Amino acid sequence: MNSDQRRSIPFGYKFIGGLVFFVAMFAVAMALGAANTSLKDVWQALATDAVGEKISLIREIRLPREIAAIFVGAALAVSGAIMQGMTRNPLADPGLLGLTAGANAALAVTMAFVPSAGYFGIMIACFIGAAVGTGLVFGIVAMKKGGFSPLRLVLAGAAVSAFLYAIAEGVGLAFKISKDVSMWTAGGIIGTSWGQLQVIVPFITVGLIVSVALSRQLTILSMSEEVAVGLGQNTARVKAVLFIVMILLAGASVALVGNMTFIGLMIPHIVRAIVGTDYRYVVPMSAVTGGSFMLLADTLGRTINSPYETPVAAIVALVGLPFFLFIVHKGGKAFT
Amino acid sequence: MVRLYTEDLNIGYGDRSIVKDLSVVIPDRQVTAIIGSNGCGKSTLLKAVTRIIPHQSGAIMLDGMSIAKENTKLLAKKMAILPQTPESASGLTVGELVSYGRYPYQKGMGRLTPKDIEVIDWALEATGTIAFKHRSVDALSGGQRQRVWIAMALAQETEIIFLDEPTTYLDMAHQLEVLELLKKLNTEQGRTIVMVLHDLNQAARFADYIIALKDGEIVKAGTNEEVIRRDVLKQVFNIDAEIGRDPRTDKPMCITYNLIKGESVEHEKGHSAADLGATRTERMQQQQQQSAG
Repeated sequence: MNSDQRRSIPFGYKFIGGLVFFVAMFAVAMALGAANTSLKDVWQALATDAVGEKISLIREIRLPREIAAIFVGAALAVSGAIMQGMTRNPLADPGLLGLTAGANAALAVTMAFVPSAGYFGIMIACFIGAAVGTGLVFGIVAMKKGGFSPLRLVLAGAAVSAFLYAIAEGVGLAFKISKDVSMWTAGGIIGTSWGQLQVIVPFITVGLIVSVALSRQLTILSMSEEVAVGLGQNTARVKAVLFIVMILLAGASVALVGNMTFIGLMIPHIVRAIVGTDYRYVVPMSAVTGGSFMLLADTLGRTINSPYETPVAAIVALVGLPFFLFIVHKGGKAFT
Repeated sequence: MVRLYTEDLNIGYGDRSIVKDLSVVIPDRQVTAIIGSNGCGKSTLLKAVTRIIPHQSGAIMLDGMSIAKENTKLLAKKMAILPQTPESASGLTVGELVSYGRYPYQKGMGRLTPKDIEVIDWALEATGTIAFKHRSVDALSGGQRQRVWIAMALAQETEIIFLDEPTTYLDMAHQLEVLELLKKLNTEQGRTIVMVLHDLNQAARFADYIIALKDGEIVKAGTNEEVIRRDVLKQVFNIDAEIGRDPRTDKPMCITYNLIKGESVEHEKGHSAADLGATRTERMQQQQQQSAG
């Protein structure tokens, strides 16, 4: 049996495999780009005190950018996994259920009304926006009885997202800051600085650590509410903590790179096919795979049409849309 | 000794009352079956007693403590619940799933102790599922899967096990397999089993004590001899039943039955119209979900 074979390799080896892939992606991402750099330059930049034009380019421009890619990829993948487990919904994704759109709207509003807001302020606004966006989606779905079907959540998510994006656009136009907002949201990880990373990486790190610590609880919750209660889980508390973690991860990602749909949807599904549905394995593996995937997407973005950049969001969407349709077509069977 | 009982229990959703002023004692170390027609509140009662849904008034007492006030993890060491069709465990292996039964005993990151592993293997052994330990739950047949879920409840090491229609969706042989396993757990290990059953004759054959519900109230609670009787079944299911004896087990059994026409149907009219409405909305929801899938 296929599923038996899948079990024959212990999770540890699979995780090491994931790490090896991740390191390879990192090396490729650091070495390739518009400027002609070699793996030797990368090594010198990372491990020695050597100076030089290429080396400082790697240190000051490419390295922060790729670190951003890693953390954003990991954060979005893990928040997607949490969302899918919590809602038992195969289509859950921070980008599809209002989280990203909420953070985006908050970003525009903050830029319009509090132009002096620093990076930290914008990030906090994104957290609040993400919470409001998700709250709206779940609120709408909960208004009607017996309603948490995958389809209804996605429909409500689409409606709320469209509304929130409209707000962001409207605010952008009215305050003549559309360009700034779209530079932020469409720019992806271009021009990420060490200063930005210093603000955001700690939040994502905490979010990831808490996710791994709660992964066992998430597995129980993903079975069914009744099983979770029967096993003695304090479901209200676990859900509240997971919700906050999700907001932290997705909100911080938007603050850093803007919109990035589909990663949260895709990565957990791919990971489940490899390690099964126990979230003790899905969560850490999603983090590593999400990081690797973003590194790959960014490397592609920088090299496909070099020296011009292809936006990462476009590349992710290009891969993500067919995958999304595939999941919808399979009717969530890939989930169970 | 009485460990578990309810007192003037009321359960409902919004202003709709489902279980009314229900007081019942669950006999210790026996198999209890809850029977009744669709919508009589039997599953609701089971869910309230296992704290999955809250109750509105009255009390559910276990070992002298109200379960509403008791620590939920502590309760999980005293009672396990097997919900109706807990389907989405799927991608886990049998061993992984059953190991989650140790959850109430674990702290921190939940590393399994030698004692945990011993209990898990014992639970797999007792339910005859140890051969599937490393197989994926979704690769199993319905009967095997149900036994795996029972193994998980066993790994919880509770003295009381609740089951909501444990034989639904199983064929006859697998139904028997599950019920015989439960009976064995009761006789060999003295576990208290409480289950909702649809099949009257299964209840008569495997239960020591039967609670018959109608419209959220107890019609009769007693031994199978006291409950599987013509007058009780008439009241509970609105059927005219012929009661005989199972030639093999000597337990009472319902040999044949007819629907009672006339006054009782008249009495039921408003009720059944409401039921029809409910099933139609349910069907529509199902269709919605299908098109979603």
